Amino acid sequence: MATNYDYEEAPANYDETHRQDLGYDPNFVPDSVKSFVGHLYRHIREKNVYEIHQMYEISFQTLSDRLFKDTPWPSVDAVAHYVDNDQVFCLLYREMWFRHLYARLSPTLKQRIDSWDNYCSLFQVVLHRVVNMQLPNQWLWDMVDEFVYQFQSFCQYRAKMKNKSEQEIALLRQYDQAWNVYGVLNYLQAFVEKSNIMQILEQEKEGLEQFTATDGYDYSGGSNVLKVLGYFSMVGLLRVHCLLGDYQTGLKCLLPIDISQQGVYTSVIGSHITTIYHYGFANLMLRRYVEAIREFNKILLYIYKTKQFHQKSPQYEQILKKNEQMYALLAICLSLCPQVKLVEETVNSQLREKYGEKMARMQRYDDEAFAIYDELFSYACPKFITPSAPSFEEPLVNYNQDAYRLQLKLFLYEVKQQQLLSGVRTFLKVYSTISLGKLANYMEVDEPTLRWTFFFFLMFLCI
Amino acid sequence: MGRETPKQQQQQQQQVSYTVEQLVAVNPYNPDILPDLENYVNEQVSSQTYSLDANLCLLRLYQFEPERMSTQIVARILVKALMAMPAPDFSLCLFLIPERVQMEEQFKTLIVLSHYLETGRFRQFWDEAAKSRHIVEAVPGFEQAIQTYAIHVLSLTYQKIPRPVLAEAINIEGLSLDKFLEHQAANSGWILEKGHGRGQLIILPRNEFNHPELKKSAADSVPLEHITRIFPILG
Repeated sequence: MATNYDYEEAPANYDETHRQDLGYDPNFVPDSVKSFVGHLYRHIREKNVYEIHQMYEISFQTLSDRLFKDTPWPSVDAVAHYVDNDQVFCLLYREMWFRHLYARLSPTLKQRIDSWDNYCSLFQVVLHRVVNMQLPNQWLWDMVDEFVYQFQSFCQYRAKMKNKSEQEIALLRQYDQAWNVYGVLNYLQAFVEKSNIMQILEQEKEGLEQFTATDGYDYSGGSNVLKVLGYFSMVGLLRVHCLLGDYQTGLKCLLPIDISQQGVYTSVIGSHITTIYHYGFANLMLRRYVEAIREFNKILLYIYKTKQFHQKSPQYEQILKKNEQMYALLAICLSLCPQVKLVEETVNSQLREKYGEKMARMQRYDDEAFAIYDELFSYACPKFITPSAPSFEEPLVNYNQDAYRLQLKLFLYEVKQQQLLSGVRTFLKVYSTISLGKLANYMEVDEPTLRWTFFFFLMFLCI
Repeated sequence: MGRETPKQQQQQQQQVSYTVEQLVAVNPYNPDILPDLENYVNEQVSSQTYSLDANLCLLRLYQFEPERMSTQIVARILVKALMAMPAPDFSLCLFLIPERVQMEEQFKTLIVLSHYLETGRFRQFWDEAAKSRHIVEAVPGFEQAIQTYAIHVLSLTYQKIPRPVLAEAINIEGLSLDKFLEHQAANSGWILEKGHGRGQLIILPRNEFNHPELKKSAADSVPLEHITRIFPILG
């Protein structure tokens, strides 16, 4: 049941630290890196957003592939020298350093904690100091996205207490504030509030502000960093609330963003996909199947048309993965709520190809059907977390699956309740007039039950 | 000092709830507000008010710090959520309550009650509720809220309700039902008709659901002819 859901990152223990260090000298800075950080630092100071974007998106990847395939980048202490020891640049560099580490290697516990510290320092600078930078939206999105990802990753890691070494347990006890859920949520909330982004979006509707029109960039000599981080933090909050199972609040956090239009959230493909994926998933869990179907259909069509342009990008794999997951979610929604007219042809043919057979089986509502619902849900759902601190009492257990199991259970329970409705739908398609008694007989339920079933059928389709 | 007048008490109550709602809107991720939120649940129960946002906020804080969870408060939140039907508040709350807590007797009972309400099995609901008086009687207004929901369900699917169907749905019979019907006829536009065979027929006010010709738009819902087919069946 849970195989698809298993945590992807390999567990890092203290032996792995040494393996990481083999052949890696944190103080050695190749010439190409000296040049990279020097140029990037200058471009940031001069606010050359285009050049920053090129370096961030392309040069960083190229150097990573060429020189740092399975080692970290040089330490921040070693490169600081080449960038005037600029505090803010160093925080930004370190953020990229950790992101690279998470992507290519397995972080140790100490590294996870250090990364948290770096985010705290970086975020506090942005929140409390006047930051005079313009950074590309891609970078600002990646910061928020990575922050939430590392939080999720930490919760998963921490919930597997069983094989933790003594040193790890000691570190966990000592640094009990690292990646605590209050901190994560409050940083995201602080960005939303301090940036005033909700009021900006409101005023934009009345023509009193410019934000979406400039893609969030500030053309009057100011900085876009706080505003855009505030904006993306709304998506970050939606994501965290989905991980906690609070779909209602998650959707509320996203409300200021009008997803029926283009916006800054569509300016970065990763942000676009993450937003709609979580929006659709939250609606699915709230039984708003029609809404979920609509949005999944739109984004899947968009991905189909545009994915070729992202083949070289570092996000390509993620784009493909989310694409597949959303097809699975769409298959679920359509099996629970058949709505042929809402799915565009291209998307529909892709869907038939991937899940045609499974969808036919899901609509039979037998044991096999439930197994398929289970399988698709487990494949496509977010990696739910248990946000609370672990118990250090013996015996140490793994509880990393608890959150997922609960959401799956409640989802399957809902599928079961839908069983009744599907029967009604089938019969109504076939019979134009039939007495209640006869229909009840065919469906093998008693009349009162059938009466109420019709009510829910109507509630379901008409409201 | 003297005793507070009821009006002053009410004003104070309003002040407290205003502050809690503000807290939830402005500073929800804050462990210090947990006691305020718990008090607010008790206040919702005693003053027959309701706030989903505040209750979700509390359930989240319980998730963050499970050792501070009060199962009694959680049970009260769930009962209030049941009373909010047809809103899906009950499931929203369940998503946030750990599985091991949901396995406790009182929660199993509440889940069964919610299941009966969601599938329209009112007779089974009232039978089960009678067995669990201690849970449901702790929250004033519970019976009336469920009766309102039942009537809402009836009004969506019936043009004319046979008296026994209504009686079963709202768990009122005999003289009490007579009085209830008189009250509704006088105040809510219900019409009491003599039906053939088994006594009264109750006609609820027209709306777009029990009279589909009143429905304004059927954009992506079931085509109108499907709906009109159903109503003759329901009688």
